Formats: sequence, structure tokens, C-alpha cells
Amino acid sequence: MSLYNIFDIAGSGMSAQSTRLNLVASNMANADTVSSSSGETYRARQPVFAAVLQNEVNSHQQSAAKGVQVAGVVESQAPLRQEYAPQHPMANDEGYIFKPNVNIVDEMANMMSASQSYKNNVEMLNTAKQLLQQTLKIGQ
Amino acid sequence: MATTINSLFGVHEQALTYRSKRAEVLASNMANADTPGYKARDFDFKSVMNQLNTPAAHATQTHSKHLGFDKTPAAVSLAYRIPTSASLDGNTVDAKVEQAQYAENAMDYQTTLRFVNGKISSYLSALRGD
Repeated sequence: MSLYNIFDIAGSGMSAQSTRLNLVASNMANADTVSSSSGETYRARQPVFAAVLQNEVNSHQQSAAKGVQVAGVVESQAPLRQEYAPQHPMANDEGYIFKPNVNIVDEMANMMSASQSYKNNVEMLNTAKQLLQQTLKIGQ
Repeated sequence: MATTINSLFGVHEQALTYRSKRAEVLASNMANADTPGYKARDFDFKSVMNQLNTPAAHATQTHSKHLGFDKTPAAVSLAYRIPTSASLDGNTVDAKVEQAQYAENAMDYQTTLRFVNGKISSYLSALRGD
């Protein structure tokens, strides 16, 4: 029954979107985490989504993806913000501090997109659930 | 009047199967709304149903031990949706379009369920004779 697969598909979507929300939260929380060397500085993290493709027994039978997965988490390669602040407790020998390359505006937009996608998946799951319930009530 | 219990629901049984299949395809699109490079898929429900009702070759079973002719199509041919707007990451899913299609498909599924329920209640009242 294909409708049952929707639970898996929507579930994978919700899981992927919540991972994305988690990373947004992590990025936002660490937006001002200062460190004294560029190697230790927090870098913005982004999830990489990939479609989960169905393993077909019959190769001629084409089929839709079975959901989505987080293929990995990548760190942003954008340059870190380097500031001259000799009074700062974290300043290095030359008097510089390093701030993360988190772009708050990007993260906010990302958060809105993730929560919207999450909602869409929930909505879809609810509809599928209703359809299944009605199907189970056939003839009653 | 259906002669066997198998043909009781007529085309509605297959309609339900393909409606739920389509719901699954649309659900995959929705789940992959943010996947880079994902191409939205769909299939034409109407043409699938037409294919069911008009078998490609008319063949008759001349011996009871011969293999029967399966009227179900080998596979639903999935097509790619033509995107309304281009996106930088190569994704062609428009969440709103998918949502609308999904809702329409769900309504049609419910319509078919209503037909099936109607069939059952009419047969039940015929059996009861009241």
C-alpha cells in the first residue's frame, strides 16, 4: 500500500528538516563565539540533502525517490571575521581575535525555510493518515 | 451487475491503487523540496487509467492452463515536472504546486472511496432486501 510509504517519506523529510534547524540553532548560538586562532574558530555548518533512491529489482521499473536524507554536514568556507582587539581576553599575540563566519540573515532565512518545509511534511503526513483511516472504514 | 465479487468495485479498485501511488510520488517531491539537483516527478493518472481500460493487444485465452493476460501496466511511467521558475541549485520542486497537486489527489482518492462505499451499501441493501 503506497499510502503507508508516505509515513516513511514524510518522516525522512521531517528528520532532515529538523537536522537543518538544529544546525541553524548551533550556528546562531555560536555566531559570537570568539577565539584566538583561525583553526579553533567556529565555522557555519550546513546540511547537504540527498534524495533516497529506491533499489529496484527490475531496473526497467522507474520509481520515485523514497524520501530524503542528510548526506553530510559541511562547514562554510567563507572567510572568518578577523578583528584587531588587543584588550580582548582571547586576543592572540598580534592582538587579533577571530569571529565565526556565521551570517545571521542567512541563518534566519534558512530557519524560516526549514520550518516551512517541516510544516509541509507534517501536513502531508496528516492527510495520508486521514486517507488511510477512511480506507480502513470502507463498508462500515 | 457484477457477476463475481472480484469485479464488484470495477475500476475504482485500480483507481485507489494509482491514486495512492501518485500520493507517494508527490510526497517524495515534497520531502525533497530542498534537495539540490532533485527533479520533481509525477505521472498522468488519466493516461494510466486509459491504459488499463484499453489493453495494447487483444488476446484470448484458448486453454485454461495458458498464462492469463495481466491487464495492469508493467510500470507507471514517471515523468519530470516542467519547472515554473528556475532555481540555482537545480531543484525543480515548487512546494506550492506539489501541495496543490497532493490536495487534489487526496480529494480524488476520497471521491473514489465514496464510490466504493456506495457500491458496498447498495449491495448490502440488495442482500438484506429491506
